[in-house]
Amino acid sequence: MKFRNTDHREHIVLQMTPMIDIVFQLMVFFVFTFKIVEPEGDFNIRMPSDQTSTASAVSETPLLRVRLRATPEGELARVQFGDVALEGDAPFYHLQSRIRSLIGDDAGPGSSDQEVEIDADYNLKYRYAMNAITAITGYVDDNGEQHKLVEKVRFAPLSE
Amino acid sequence: MRIQQRGPQGVVEGDLTPMIDMAFLLIAFFMFVINFSEVEQDQRVTLPASELARPPEAPYEQPLTIHLTDNDHFIYGGKELLTIGALRSELLQETQIIQRLTTKKVADVTVIIRADEDAKTGMVQRVIQICQQLGFEKFALRGQWTKDHTIGEG
Repeated sequence: MKFRNTDHREHIVLQMTPMIDIVFQLMVFFVFTFKIVEPEGDFNIRMPSDQTSTASAVSETPLLRVRLRATPEGELARVQFGDVALEGDAPFYHLQSRIRSLIGDDAGPGSSDQEVEIDADYNLKYRYAMNAITAITGYVDDNGEQHKLVEKVRFAPLSE
Repeated sequence: MRIQQRGPQGVVEGDLTPMIDMAFLLIAFFMFVINFSEVEQDQRVTLPASELARPPEAPYEQPLTIHLTDNDHFIYGGKELLTIGALRSELLQETQIIQRLTTKKVADVTVIIRADEDAKTGMVQRVIQICQQLGFEKFALRGQWTKDHTIGEG
């Protein structure tokens, strides 16, 4: 039996170019489709239309009203909680303090029956309405824990 | 002057291994962080910030997302709509699709409203109003989550 001489092996050269090409194409694809998604969250509100809401049960707790008045430029001019105008640099903080004292959230998660109606001027910038909703619906304590206050928030019907 | 004769030039092969390693690492990184889900975000809308705007724990079932820009334009289904009448007709078509082709009720569909922080609150209310007229009841007002306190401290 004759053995084949194994000393003369062929020098195999791997073609790296196609692999590098495809690797770079993949990289370019991923780089261009990469998108940083910033965290977003929702305030859920349930607002049935007037026809269906008349049939709904009337809550025993009185409706709280928050009025947001705007300047002609759409900036916040005044915040009113019920009949009380909230003065100072941080009216929404005062609004939250009043709601907390009214509901008494020390013992629990707040009042689920309480409803707050926001009556905002038409041209008010939406960020102030969002501030009002934030002040009404809850707060974050120093430990970063979220506490709920009023869950039922709605907008007053448009006066137009 | 005597010119030095160069010897036989061999093929210079650069070591490609570190570069390929790096490229594969980058690909692996992008593959892990890429998000193919349909994120309803639009660069034309800057959301108002709120510390309570935490992402929902469970995604909504087939929500409708309406964007409202600061110049009172609406973006719905990828189309920019200039008037609220155009938005209404688009939503009317959507309700007809929901009623005819799905078993869901219109009242069970959540309408996500992504309004710009400088948009008019009254315009947001008008969007809610026309949605109510078409039978929608659930609304989600979207905000940008922030760790800062947005309402100030007295």
